[in-house]
Amino acid sequence: MNRDCLHAAIVSQFAAALQSPRYSRRVDDAAVIAALRARDERVFAELMRMYNASLLRVALIYVATRAVAEDVVQETWIGVLNGIDRFEGRSSLKTWIFRILTNIAKTRGQREGRTVPFSALERPGAVPEAAVDADRFLPPDHERWPGHWASKPEPWPEERLIAGETRAVVERAIEELPPAQRAVISLRDIEGWSSEETRNALGVSETNQRVLLHRARSKVRQALEDYFVEAW
Amino acid sequence: VSTSIEQLSCQELVELVTDYLEGALPEAERASFDYHIEGCRGCHEYVRQMRQTIDLTGSLTVADISPEAEAALLAAFRDWNNNA
Repeated sequence: MNRDCLHAAIVSQFAAALQSPRYSRRVDDAAVIAALRARDERVFAELMRMYNASLLRVALIYVATRAVAEDVVQETWIGVLNGIDRFEGRSSLKTWIFRILTNIAKTRGQREGRTVPFSALERPGAVPEAAVDADRFLPPDHERWPGHWASKPEPWPEERLIAGETRAVVERAIEELPPAQRAVISLRDIEGWSSEETRNALGVSETNQRVLLHRARSKVRQALEDYFVEAW
Repeated sequence: VSTSIEQLSCQELVELVTDYLEGALPEAERASFDYHIEGCRGCHEYVRQMRQTIDLTGSLTVADISPEAEAALLAAFRDWNNNA
């Protein structure tokens, strides 16, 4: 296959993958690696567009500002270029790229004196956090219905679910999450990554990934409920 | 968390929703979860809202890095290419 053909094949794969963001992107690693090694700028540009948003979100777990996170993303790509000729393919390309990012971001975060991420990623369950406020339930010593809903969730208005304003509520709720929760919900639910891909990119255990996802989704649900109840 | 069907409370159930949706609940707990939401309107609605939340989140478009940063990276690529 000549270079243009190879490139066309890769670009069409990217295009197909990008059109199905809810599914894991199956881009052929070997073809992408070969193209990068052949210094194909268009493939590099596509790869960047595909991962930059996620890289940025993950970087923000470790560093405080968006500006620094962008620096980290830039350094990551330079690391990718410098390392691609030696990349042995023991992990997927994606996992490898995110490991480079995580290493750079951690170093950068430490230099900034940030210590947040370790407990956030490694022991997210250490501090209990309820998915729903305890006062929504009957008390544990209730004679008939302990722990049952005191004020149960009401159906949301279907027609408002698709409104742009509702999406803005979701966006705001995600922005307000602690960085580790934000990164997990972004990768899983916005980018449509599998739990395994997310785990590998963040270097967290299966259980911790689920705890972070649970807390993130629970808070976004709560934000939506607050929004709809207020609007009634 | 209790494994007995009668004893899974609503307050416990809302903490198991993600495990349930992820297919990570052991068989017995999954059965009591299913049994509970069949008979409990509040929890049935809660699980539906979690699914709606996931769908809504999935409809967001991804943020991206600034065009300046992207341009800088493409310039870095060309440098790398020239020096390689």
